[in-house]
Amino acid sequence: MTLHAGVAPRPFHRLGLPAFGLIALVALLVAAAGAVSIGEVAVPPAEVVKVLGNRLFGMDLAVDPIREGIVWHYRLSRAAVAASAGAGLAVCGTVLQALLRNPLAEPYLLGISAGASTGAVLVMVLGIGAGAVTLSGGAFLGAGLAFVFVAALARGSGGGTERIILAGIAGSQLFNAATSFIVTTSANAEQTRGIMFWLLGSLGGARWPDIGLALPMLAIGLLVALYRARALDAFAFGEDAAASLGIETARVRMELFGVTALLTAGIVSLVGAVGFVGLVVPHATRFLVGPSHGRLIPAAALAGGVFMVAADVLSRIVVPGQVLPIGVVTALFGAPAFAFILWRSRRRA
Amino acid sequence: MTLQARDLAWETGGQPIVKGVTLRVPEGRFLGLVGPNGSGKSSLLRLLAGLRRGQGGAVLLDNRPLSTISRREVACRLALVEQQTATEVALTAREVVALGRTPHRGAWETWSAADHAAVAAALKRTGMTDRADQLWSTLSGGERQRVQIARALAQMPRELLLDEPTNHLDIRHQLDLLKLLRGLGTSCIAALHDLNHAVAFCDEIAVIKEGALVAQGRPVDVITADLIRSVFEIAATVSQDPSTGRLRVDFLPD
Ligand SMILES: Nc1ncnc2c1ncn2[C@@H]1O[C@H](COP(=O)(O)OP(=O)(O)OP(=O)(O)O)[C@@H](O)[C@H]1O
Ligand SMILES: [Mg+2]
Repeated sequence: MTLHAGVAPRPFHRLGLPAFGLIALVALLVAAAGAVSIGEVAVPPAEVVKVLGNRLFGMDLAVDPIREGIVWHYRLSRAAVAASAGAGLAVCGTVLQALLRNPLAEPYLLGISAGASTGAVLVMVLGIGAGAVTLSGGAFLGAGLAFVFVAALARGSGGGTERIILAGIAGSQLFNAATSFIVTTSANAEQTRGIMFWLLGSLGGARWPDIGLALPMLAIGLLVALYRARALDAFAFGEDAAASLGIETARVRMELFGVTALLTAGIVSLVGAVGFVGLVVPHATRFLVGPSHGRLIPAAALAGGVFMVAADVLSRIVVPGQVLPIGVVTALFGAPAFAFILWRSRRRA
Repeated sequence: MTLQARDLAWETGGQPIVKGVTLRVPEGRFLGLVGPNGSGKSSLLRLLAGLRRGQGGAVLLDNRPLSTISRREVACRLALVEQQTATEVALTAREVVALGRTPHRGAWETWSAADHAAVAAALKRTGMTDRADQLWSTLSGGERQRVQIARALAQMPRELLLDEPTNHLDIRHQLDLLKLLRGLGTSCIAALHDLNHAVAFCDEIAVIKEGALVAQGRPVDVITADLIRSVFEIAATVSQDPSTGRLRVDFLPD
């Protein structure tokens, strides 16, 4: 069987993982440098380097203690949380898009952010478990509850891909309605403002202990996703095709849903429901490095981290003297960037 | 007899679809599966591939029930080409063929020379080497079909199941493919609609009607005017060329 020896069209250009990784790492460093020096109190890069020398390598360089505190306790921890959250959301979105074979899939699809909001609002407004349960704790519990609800509903209705999506929509609507109900009936104006801010995402409360939660969760999520990268590739032609390639589809699906739900719940409980990152970063990365998950997953993690840190910097400088909710910035600047990528890749389809 | 079905039954939604089929796939031979639309050919192939579990009977691979063997072990030796395939993922033809290596590679194993060779050989055998770097979404229907067959070959199966593999192919590629399948030396079972192709290329033919196996054997023994009338409800003559021994089916307008 030979075809006429025509010249086959070359595929569009794809970046290799080393090239992409290098670019993304440099971008991450630049963004992080911006994140620690820019703010109400500007700290010159030289001083940042000294702080890092003192804190990381036990040196004893002369730095203004207040500025050292700002850099180390606030800005660096904030940048680290932002990077972990962005990376985690991007990985979750990548996994869910492959698993559900749906380009609109994203980490909040399974009702997780809606449940987290309900949990957070219960703690914030009604003071449920006051003292014992923090805002983050309430969000995490709410997210878990919503996921269990959606998973049970999806299972009870047959468990196919579209059933999972529909169950997620039903769960999200239910928990969002519960949140709105509590807010409109019980919250005062100040609480409402606080809730809005939290719902749109906020890194204001990020401190080093949060990294102790974010990093291990991210590491587990990344490892599991990479371990299942081949399986995710095999889902390209659907569940039956994956099964006939030797994938234990039901188990892989359960495992990955569980891990993405946990990671998403953790992230939402730390920084609120930051939108856009988990939906769009996977697509943007796929355009650049191609659909193979062995490359795509680490690349999306890096890109998500860079994107979130950069968005945090922007959130602090767009309106002088005011910090915008990070979710507003991710969508406001992310959407045009994504439109540009879509436009650039139009010849591919 | 490496792959066989014993009294296999499958129903869905209260509707029996496959009714007590006992079928053996002769080792290293090409078995054609023929029957009218909706007779259960695709369902039977999915059962044989282990994608569905029958409610009755069993599928045996080397005399072990298929349901007791891990999916990965099955996929290392049995490949299936489905009747219809679709993806939204922007994969190239080569990447689709490479999916066939999935069961042979561990999770952390990198791409080996053997994987490369298997993919290149499969592309070559199906005549898709020139199109290897083209996106799946831009391939023609026949090219997609051949890429899926190449993917199945890259799996290096000992049993190859194909659901209407000649669909979408022009006449030359149909004949090339059937020749290829017969020459593979793996046990092949293919659902076919063209009876003349079936009698010309298959070592054996199995006929199914309304979910039940009505005959299995050599083409010359199975494909008769009587059988065609009772299964397909059309009049036909079956003749054999005295010098070459080739069978020929002619359909008669009524
Ligand atoms: N999941 C299902 N639910 C309901 N009915 C089904 C299901 N799968 C198959 N069927 C029915 O079972 C019968 C056999 O289907 P199958 O696809 O196996 O036929 P086939 O012999 O491959 O037909 P064709 O030649 O048209 O491909 C059809 O009547 C079909 O409608
Ligand atoms: Mg069929």
